[in-house]
Amino acid sequence: MTDTHCFHCTLPVSEPVVFFAEVEGTQQPMCCPGCKAVTEAIVAGGLENYYQHRTESANQVNDLNQRLQEELQIYDREAVQKDFVRPADLASNNREEHQSDHLTANLLIDGITCAACVWLLENHLEALEGVEQVNVNLSTHEAQITWSNSEIPLSSILLEIHRIGYKAFPWRADQQEALLKKENRTFIRRLAVAGIGAMQVMMYAIALYSGAISEDMPEIYRDLIRIFSAVIATPVVLYSAAPFFKAAWRDIKIRHLGMDVPVSIAIGGAYLASLWATFSVYFFAEGSSGEVYYDSVSMFTFFLLTGRYLELRARHATARAARALTNLLPPSCLKEVNGQYERVPVADLQPNDKVRILPGDAIPADGILISGSTSVNEAMLTGEYLPIEKQPGDTLLCSSINVDHPIELKVSKVGEETRVAGIIQLLQRAQQDKPVIAKIADKVAGWFVACVLLVAICVYWGWSGIAPEDAFWITLSVLVVTCPCALSLATPAALTAATGYLHRLGLLVTRGHVLEGLKTIDHVIFDKTGTLTKGELSLSQVVPLDNCNHSTEALLQRAAVLEAHSEHPIAKAFLFKVDSLDEQAHDVKNHLGQGIEGTIDSRLYRIGRPDFAFTSGKLATPEQDGQWLLMSESTDQKSWQPLCWFRITDSLRPEAANTIRRLHQMGKTVTLLSGDAEPVVASTAESLGIRQWKSESSPDDKLHYIQKLQSQGHKVLMVGDGINDVPVLAGADISMAMGNASDLARTSADAVLISGNLERLADAFNLTVRTRKIIRQNLAWSLGYNLAALPLAAAGMIAPWMAATGMALSSLIVVANALRLNRPGKLVKELDQSEEAYAHLESRGAA
Amino acid sequence: MESLIILIPLALILIAVAIKVFFWAVDNGQFDDLEGPAHSILFDEPQRPQPSKSDKTGSSITK
Repeated sequence: MTDTHCFHCTLPVSEPVVFFAEVEGTQQPMCCPGCKAVTEAIVAGGLENYYQHRTESANQVNDLNQRLQEELQIYDREAVQKDFVRPADLASNNREEHQSDHLTANLLIDGITCAACVWLLENHLEALEGVEQVNVNLSTHEAQITWSNSEIPLSSILLEIHRIGYKAFPWRADQQEALLKKENRTFIRRLAVAGIGAMQVMMYAIALYSGAISEDMPEIYRDLIRIFSAVIATPVVLYSAAPFFKAAWRDIKIRHLGMDVPVSIAIGGAYLASLWATFSVYFFAEGSSGEVYYDSVSMFTFFLLTGRYLELRARHATARAARALTNLLPPSCLKEVNGQYERVPVADLQPNDKVRILPGDAIPADGILISGSTSVNEAMLTGEYLPIEKQPGDTLLCSSINVDHPIELKVSKVGEETRVAGIIQLLQRAQQDKPVIAKIADKVAGWFVACVLLVAICVYWGWSGIAPEDAFWITLSVLVVTCPCALSLATPAALTAATGYLHRLGLLVTRGHVLEGLKTIDHVIFDKTGTLTKGELSLSQVVPLDNCNHSTEALLQRAAVLEAHSEHPIAKAFLFKVDSLDEQAHDVKNHLGQGIEGTIDSRLYRIGRPDFAFTSGKLATPEQDGQWLLMSESTDQKSWQPLCWFRITDSLRPEAANTIRRLHQMGKTVTLLSGDAEPVVASTAESLGIRQWKSESSPDDKLHYIQKLQSQGHKVLMVGDGINDVPVLAGADISMAMGNASDLARTSADAVLISGNLERLADAFNLTVRTRKIIRQNLAWSLGYNLAALPLAAAGMIAPWMAATGMALSSLIVVANALRLNRPGKLVKELDQSEEAYAHLESRGAA
Repeated sequence: MESLIILIPLALILIAVAIKVFFWAVDNGQFDDLEGPAHSILFDEPQRPQPSKSDKTGSSITK
C-alpha cells in the first residue's frame, strides 16, 4: 500500500515516485509525464490558485504528442470549421476595426470537474495573444471562445486547452441543441411568471382570508382584491400552465389517462369557477356565494412547474452527455496525395485511396494491406484480446487497431459498406425489438384520475339532492383538494435525486427507464474483454526453468530493458513490472510475430515464441492457459539457453469477482458471453465464479442468446464495451457500457459506467431498491393525504385556504423525502469500504 | 383603507416590470449556467502583471 498521491489528478502513485513538478516552491509528486506537463503549464501561467480552489480532483492526462498537434490542425480548415465557428458578434464599440477576422467557436470541454476548472480555462486562454473572450459554462461544459484569426489559429487554442489537461471538441450547435436551449429558456420564463404571480396572489389571499375570518372587510375592497387577483392569475394559467393543458389534450386524444388530465381539470376548473365567483355579481342581479381559488391555482402551477423543471434539467443533462459522446474528434488519417502523406478527415476517403497507418492508430476503413506487415488488435470487433498478424494481401477491418509497425492500406470499402456499418444495421434492428418498461407513475395516474372523476360526479349528484346551490362549489373543492400535485411530484423528484447521485458515483444514466427497470432485472450478462477484464495484457507469472541461475528480478529487469524497444502491447506488460531501467540494450531487433532480440551486457537475449527463442529443440509450454513467452540467452548467436517462461494474460478488473459475488447474493443469474476462444473464457468464468458462459459468439449469436432469454420471460441487463457488443446492448432490457468503451457502444447503451468500476453496477441495484421504496412512500403519502381530505371536501368542510396550505405541505414533504436519496446513508458506507478494497487491490496490482 | 385603491394597482405595475426584467435576463443567457457564476466570485484575478490584457479582466464573468 502507498499513500502518495499525484498532486494533479490525486491518483495513487507507486513508490518510488519518478515524476515531480514544482508548485509554489515545493516538489510535488506526479503520476505520469502527462500530469507533470499539465501542472507545469498551470504553474507557468501563474494559475496555481487552481489547486487551492478546486473541490474535485482533475482527470489523469495523457502525454501530448506531435500527432495531436497534426490532428488539431484539421480544425484550421474552413470546411471543417463551418459547423461550429461563426463570425464574432462583438458588442464593443471597436466593431469596425476588428470585425473582419474575429471568430467565435463553440466547443465542448471534456474533463471539467468543478468551478476551479472553469476559472483555470478562462484565465489561461484569455492570457493568450489573440484570444478575445472565453466563456465556460460549468453546467453544460460548453465553451465559447472568441479569437482573432490573424493572430492565432484555432488549433493553437485547442492545443493550449489540451496542455492544461482538458480535451476540446467542436460543439456543433445543431437543431436539436437549439431546441433544448429554447425549451430551457421558455421553461424558466413560465416558472418566473408562475412564481412572481403566485407570490403576489398569495399576498392578496392573506388579506382576503383575514377579512373572511374577522368578517369585517367591506365588500368593495374584497371585490377589488379579487379582481386584481384574477388579473394576475390569468397569465399564470394561460401562459405558465399551458404545457399541462396541451399534454392533457394530447392524452385525451389518444384515450390515455395521464397525470396531466387531473392537473388540467383542477387548474382549469378552479380558475374558471373563481372567475365566475368574481365577475358574475356584475352580470346577474343576485350575487354568487362562490369562493375564489386564485392563490391555489397559481401556487399549484408554480410547484408543478418546479418539479417538471427539475425533471427537464436532468433530462437535458443526460441528453447532452449522450450527445457529447458522439461529438468526438472527427477521425482523421494520413492519405497519400501526389506521393506525399497528408492528414485528412476519414469522411473524405474514397475506395482505392492509399492510407498510411501508424502503430497505435485505428484503421479508418476496410481495406487490403499493401505494404508492411504488422499485427492488429481486433478486440473491438471480435472480443479476441491478442493481436492478429497481418501480411501484405490480408484484409484489414475498419475500427481495429494497428499494433506493431507502420503499414499502408488500399481502401476497399468506406462508410456504410464497412463491416462496422453492418453491425450498426444489426443495432437498429435490435433497437426496434427492444422491450418497453412500464412506468409506475403512469399506471397509478390512470387509476387515480378515474377514481377522482367518479367521486366528483358522485359528490355533485349527492349534493344536488341536498343543497343544489352548493353542489358546484363543493364539487370544485373536491377537485382542488384531490389535485395530484404531490402525486405527480412523487416519482420525478425521487428519480431526479437518484440519477444525480449515481452520476456523482460515476454511473451516467442516459435513458429514463433505467432506474425503474433495474428492479425487474434477473439476468446480468457480461462481455469479457474490456468489461470483466481490463482489456490490456499483463504479465501474470514468471516461471524460471530448472537450469536457470538468475533471480526472477534480474530476469524481469533484463526482459523489460529489451521490451522497452518495442511498441507491442505485450511490451507494456513488462514495463509496468519494473520501477526503472538500469541497463541499456543494443542491436535490438523486432521479429514480427516471433519476438524480440537484443544485446545487454555483451550477452544476447531473445524473448518470444518458444520456437523462436529456443531453436535447437522443443520445449513443452506450461499447462496453464494464457500466452507463454520464452526468454533465452546466448553468447554466440547459435546455441540458445532457455531461461524462463513469462505468462501473459488479460488481467481481470480487481473488483470483478466481488461484483459478481454481490450480484449472485442479490439472486441474479450471471452469464459471460464472449467472442473469445473457449479455454480463455472458461478460465475467466471459473476464476470469477460465473457458472454460465458461452465462447466464440458473434454479435448475432449474442443477440439471439438474449432474445431467447427474453422470450422465456427474463429481464436482461447487458454490460459490454466493444463494437461487437453493440447489437446486444441495444437489444437488452437495460444496457451499460464501460467508460472507455467504443463510442458506438456508449451511445447505444442506456447507462455508461464512467468510473469503469464494476462495483457501481451492484450499487445501482441497491440504489434502485431504495429509490423504489422512496417512490412508494411518496405515492402512499400523497394518495393518503388526498384520500383523507376527500371526505372532508365532499362534506363541504374545507375552506380554500385549508386546501392551499395542505397542498403546499404535502408537496414539500414529497420533495424532502426524495432528497433523502441524495444524502449519504447506508449505501455510502458500503461504497467507502468497496472503494478502499479497490484502491488496495489497485496498489497491489501496480506494485 | 382608501390607500388600497392605489396600492393594489401599483403592485400590478411592479409585477409587470419584474417579469419584463426577468425575461430580459433570460434572453441574455443569464440563466443558462446556474452553477458556475456562484463560484466565480471566489477566485482572485491572476496576480501576474498583464499590461496588454488588463483592459479585459473580468470580461468572462459578466457576459
